[in-house]
Amino acid sequence: MLFFLRRLVGAIPVLFAVSIFVFGFVRVLPGDPARLVAGADATEQEVASARQSLGLDRPIWEQYVRYVGASLKGDLGVSSRTREPVIDVIAARFWPTLWLTLAAMGWATLAGTFIGVWAGTKRGRWQDQVAMLVAIGGLSFPGFWLGFLLINLFSVHLGWLPTGGFDSWLSLLMPSFTLGVGVAAVLARFSRSAFVDVAGEDFVRTARSKGLRERRVIWRHGVRNALIPVVTLTGLEFGTLLGGAIVVETVFAWPGLGRLLVDSIAFRDYPVIQAEILLLSAEFLLINLVIDMLYGVLNPEIRLRS
Amino acid sequence: MSQPDLLAIRNLSVSFPADRGRTTVVQNLSLTVSPGETVALVGESGSGKSVTSLAVTRLLDYGPGRIDAGEIRYRDRDGTVRDLVRENAESMRRLRGPEIAMIFQQPMSSLNPVMRIGEQIAEAIVQHREIGWSEAEAEALQLLERVRIPDARRQLKRYPFEISGGMRQRVMIAIALASRPRLLIADEPTTALDVTVQAQVLRLLRELRNDLGTGLLFITHDMGVVAELADRVVVMRGGERVEEGSVTQIFGAPVHAYTKSLLAAVPVLGSLAETPLPAPFAIPPEKAVPQDTVAAGAPILQVRDLVTRFDVRNAFGMLNARVHAVEQVNLDIQPGETLALVGESGCGKSTLGRSIVRLETPRSGQIVFDGKDVLGADAEANPELRRGIQYVFQDPYSALDPRLTVGFSIAEPIRTHALRQGAAVTDRVAELLELVGLPTHFAARYPHELSGGQCQRVGIARALASEPRLIIADEAVAALDVSIRAQVVNLLMALQRRLGLSCLFISHDMAVVERVSHRVAVMYLGQIVEIGPRQAVLTSPQHAYTRRLLAAVPIPDPARRRRELAIDDSEVPSPLRAPDDNPTVAPLVEVGPGHYVARHPVGGSY
Repeated sequence: MLFFLRRLVGAIPVLFAVSIFVFGFVRVLPGDPARLVAGADATEQEVASARQSLGLDRPIWEQYVRYVGASLKGDLGVSSRTREPVIDVIAARFWPTLWLTLAAMGWATLAGTFIGVWAGTKRGRWQDQVAMLVAIGGLSFPGFWLGFLLINLFSVHLGWLPTGGFDSWLSLLMPSFTLGVGVAAVLARFSRSAFVDVAGEDFVRTARSKGLRERRVIWRHGVRNALIPVVTLTGLEFGTLLGGAIVVETVFAWPGLGRLLVDSIAFRDYPVIQAEILLLSAEFLLINLVIDMLYGVLNPEIRLRS
Repeated sequence: MSQPDLLAIRNLSVSFPADRGRTTVVQNLSLTVSPGETVALVGESGSGKSVTSLAVTRLLDYGPGRIDAGEIRYRDRDGTVRDLVRENAESMRRLRGPEIAMIFQQPMSSLNPVMRIGEQIAEAIVQHREIGWSEAEAEALQLLERVRIPDARRQLKRYPFEISGGMRQRVMIAIALASRPRLLIADEPTTALDVTVQAQVLRLLRELRNDLGTGLLFITHDMGVVAELADRVVVMRGGERVEEGSVTQIFGAPVHAYTKSLLAAVPVLGSLAETPLPAPFAIPPEKAVPQDTVAAGAPILQVRDLVTRFDVRNAFGMLNARVHAVEQVNLDIQPGETLALVGESGCGKSTLGRSIVRLETPRSGQIVFDGKDVLGADAEANPELRRGIQYVFQDPYSALDPRLTVGFSIAEPIRTHALRQGAAVTDRVAELLELVGLPTHFAARYPHELSGGQCQRVGIARALASEPRLIIADEAVAALDVSIRAQVVNLLMALQRRLGLSCLFISHDMAVVERVSHRVAVMYLGQIVEIGPRQAVLTSPQHAYTRRLLAAVPIPDPARRRRELAIDDSEVPSPLRAPDDNPTVAPLVEVGPGHYVARHPVGGSY
């Protein structure tokens, strides 16, 4: 528990660093948000007043201090595109993305580990080779292409699933599958090699020398130990997933954060971009924190030493 | 053929896949084990003894090995004789545990690190008998008490990393006994353990065999252990049986030349009790001639009040405890002298060696090498001080960079210290290889192309490349086979003769120490508790811990087998102490010429 709190506190400076980086980065993007807000036909005065109302006429450090001050009070500013509070814009988009990434992560982790371990137990046989061939395929498939293929098959030809949007849980199927394929493939390959390593360990031989059933040897002794490195990788893969969500959401017209980000960047909507990247970073940190906790659950040596 | 009482292996051959075709690692092997009998299967690395044990349990099936020929007849509990070579996987699984159990060499890695000890024992019970988990756990508790694990109830809930190596090996024995096997195969069960722990484990095995009538197939390379335990001995070499006989016959009148040379290479503690000087092993045609190499004059190394401690911090970086690895150590080494530093795992002997070459940073104290202060401010800038003391490590493979050729590894210190230039470097490498008894063309080889003994010779050549005055050999021969060990010890002694080297010989092997050293220092919980001339320390030890250590050394002579020894089952206390709880250290008391001993209490037990 102490460990958890310590890590939570440790995440604060990381988030500050991210906020500075993002704040500076959006401002070196080419393009002038004041002009976009004021409209294409606006006069110089109108642009200047828009700039003033957005606070963009102040020195950059002052903008940052105001931004941080307001953020700490829960005020993330106002979208320069829609004039709505940023917090509302993001809240509306948060849940669809959360469901999408959780669904993708969930099936990818389960399927990836299971296929990997299964291939590991059949090491060198044809099942192993087929599984790993499929995994390489999954890795090399571009997400947007797979997405279009699925839409073509299941929505256009068969008419089973909606092409896009988030209207029912059915519409979650294709996007989460598309998003998870790459992660599942990475995890399958990785858990296979982790399992093969563990299967060569002395304690697996000990387990067999006790006359245990092969199923128990594999799952209770083998997989439990092989999971430790796999879990670490899962946390890192979550970053890939958040990135992939941007593409997948665009393909499936998913009303989530990824599409919001793309739209906001096109419009130079600084407050939304900043808030969103900060949110994604916080999410990534939190997930990895959870992963580290899981690590302690799986490995008593880590749990009891700290 | 006759039916076996318990186990009869006939003409067994096992092969492994090789670059081309297969390599036969066990050839035409026959042996028998009867109930209540202990058969020692003896041989050096690669002799096929472990593979034989894996063939009997058919754990071989889970690796690349394959049984090519022969039969393994086994009479089970019901009196049925089966050929284990032909049993299917499921019936083999049913035999493993209740009929045939195994204990492995590495207690550290042979237990599942993420499973509680109680469960690891109980699962072996539940698998083969119709009882529930709680009953099985209760039985696991009895088993732990049976193998004399103190505070057994609490240990059930612990994980392997929380207990010592000796305790883990007892847990392994408890697991093996869980299903009351009729044949127990122990593959080097005490090799990774300290001598006092080894003595405890051997006594336990002997008791269990006597009480339960279990047949014991004991695989080892240690002739001392064989003499202590075995009824019959089978000597293996290169996959074949070279000799078989009763233990007295093998030790008293070996027939085969290989058995003779194996026995000649075994160091016997007490064989140099009559002479104060060290002497190399008498490997035919060499003779064991005592050698006097110590030069008079100022000591080459003086260590004064050396202290090395490690902080143990919690998750917040606060100081929780300290490991008192080296506490107020004083010692001198003369030019041409070998000082042996003995003690058990965790006593601080390696940390002391590493502190002298500053691989660890001492907290306080003084190290004077060749009249210069090693820990002084300008010492860091002085490569001469680094050059003068060289280290030889325990594991010869991991001490060499696997991606560099042997020649490059040896040449590196020559180039670093600019001792030779250009083509002279290559000549010097060739000269060094010859000096350690390796052919010069080995310079182009990589470590994985060499045997363990050859690797260690390279390690020694690399140490000599800096032209040092002092060598610190940290368990440098511990990982080697007996005959190779004898050769490397003889090499070190020959180098001392030729080059006048001094040596700090860190070892846990008292019989080797007797061979090589002029003086002996005994370390316990970071302190030197006894130091003096080798003859005095080994023949009339004054400190209780020294006596305990010497009593635990197995003697490779079945005629001198100790009936029942007063071996206590206590563990060495931890050198971990609270931050402000410094141990008591007092000056040693002189009890004979140059023979000093601690008279103050050290760490509770003594």
